[in-house]
Amino acid sequence: MILELKQVKTHIGQFRILQDITFAVPEGKVTVILGRNGAGKTTTLRSIMGLTPPTEGEILLDGKRIEGLPPHVIARKGVGFVPEDQAVFSALTVNENLRLAMRGRDQSAEERLTFVLDVFPDLKEKLSRKGGGLSGGQKQMLAIGRALVRDNRVLLVDEPSKGLAPIMVEKLARALRVIKDQTTVVLVEQNFALASAVGERYVIIDDGHTVREGILCELEQDRELLRRYLGISPANGERGRAG
Amino acid sequence: MGMGTFVNLTVNGLSTGMMIFLLASGLSLIFGLMGVLNFAHGSLFMLGGYTGVVVFAHSGSFILALVSAMLVGLLVGWVVERLTVRRVYGNAIAQILVTTGVMIVLNELVKAVFGPDIIATPVPPLLAGSWAIGSVILIKYRLFTLAVGLVVAVAVHLLLTKTRLGMVVRAGVENPEMVQALGINIRQVFSLVFAFGAALAALGGVMMAPAVGAVNPDMGLQNQMLAFIVVVIGGMGSFLGSALGSILVGLAGAYTAWFLPEASLAVNVLLMAVVLLLRPNGLFGMGGE
Repeated sequence: MILELKQVKTHIGQFRILQDITFAVPEGKVTVILGRNGAGKTTTLRSIMGLTPPTEGEILLDGKRIEGLPPHVIARKGVGFVPEDQAVFSALTVNENLRLAMRGRDQSAEERLTFVLDVFPDLKEKLSRKGGGLSGGQKQMLAIGRALVRDNRVLLVDEPSKGLAPIMVEKLARALRVIKDQTTVVLVEQNFALASAVGERYVIIDDGHTVREGILCELEQDRELLRRYLGISPANGERGRAG
Repeated sequence: MGMGTFVNLTVNGLSTGMMIFLLASGLSLIFGLMGVLNFAHGSLFMLGGYTGVVVFAHSGSFILALVSAMLVGLLVGWVVERLTVRRVYGNAIAQILVTTGVMIVLNELVKAVFGPDIIATPVPPLLAGSWAIGSVILIKYRLFTLAVGLVVAVAVHLLLTKTRLGMVVRAGVENPEMVQALGINIRQVFSLVFAFGAALAALGGVMMAPAVGAVNPDMGLQNQMLAFIVVVIGGMGSFLGSALGSILVGLAGAYTAWFLPEASLAVNVLLMAVVLLLRPNGLFGMGGE
């Protein structure tokens, strides 16, 4: 397992958001974190990244504890983060956004940049445009591309399809399928259709607890579980949005 | 007002604007990047003025005075950030209290060493005097401060736009958390920007001293007020905004001082109020463009 969370508890101010998060992420797979709004999915990713550090529990990357380390150290250990709001730097050009994330200027870094521009050809045409001038879908591509130009071993992606038009979600799904051959992905996604299209494993979080983990194709058959924790009924199952 | 007077006032206004710019640009970057409203920033301006006086008195070299003031500003800024400001990131009330405390300590230290009275600071002999072109009288020292200010402005602009460090600072002004998530140690960048901003403020102080003919322990506080106005006009965290805001404040102050000297500060407050009404985030502030 490349990433493991063991009984992670996280507070924001006086509120305990994560109460007992325990799951493992196998290397080279896409693990989807599912759950209703407010279940603690985003806080889980932020806790892994060190942006909202856990107050208790262990987070292990390659068997070594990383909880409590500053975010930049966790990032340097190979964890990439694509936040829910994309956090594209609007005053920087697309090229600057990508180069800011690059580690070193060696050939492999340039090769990764070429790979990113191949995966997201829209960005290639807009390298000199300011990040703030991109559409929502282009910002999402840039945010993911920015995480990919680093040689990250684990990529944490928070709700990439949120607010995107269906055509952009399809592009995103294609890109995620390419990306999963390059790196381990932990994906928070409420669009179950996208999650099941790219994911292999799942973790369900509810009210700050891990309630179930397993293989995603098995979850698709478990209508009771989908209804209870994700709010997906058989009638809207294929395109349903959890929560 | 004749053409000669108009040109003189314009040069004086631009020159004062450049010195305020040196104070305001650091203040703006520190606020934009770290969210810290540094009330001690004016004290670093004042410290630069006193450092310049001491070094010039002992060496006779104004260049050495400029460089020494910047080094003292850099060092004191770095120490202040490491010992005090670093401990209160994210806590606005504590930041105001801590930086006000630092301001009081630095001001009282200067009073203890140099006394509370003003110390006369003549213009260096090489830069004394003026050139007369018709009815236009160009004061050499004013032109010098204008030139230095412009050189510094261009250099810092290039640093911010053409280097990786500048890229990190611009990104950090927008979203320091995301910069960290890209593997960049933002705390180191904070220290560097704080110290660099302090060095610019100290440079402003040493250049302001001969322009007004004296240093005094309250000079930082007096000019800090103008710097805050500039930062609000230009937009928090915007270097370009600081430059434009400084020029506006310098010119407005100079022209008003000719017609109605008592109103020269009031006109800048009025200018700020108008900008805030039209563009609440300042001329180049985030969300205001």
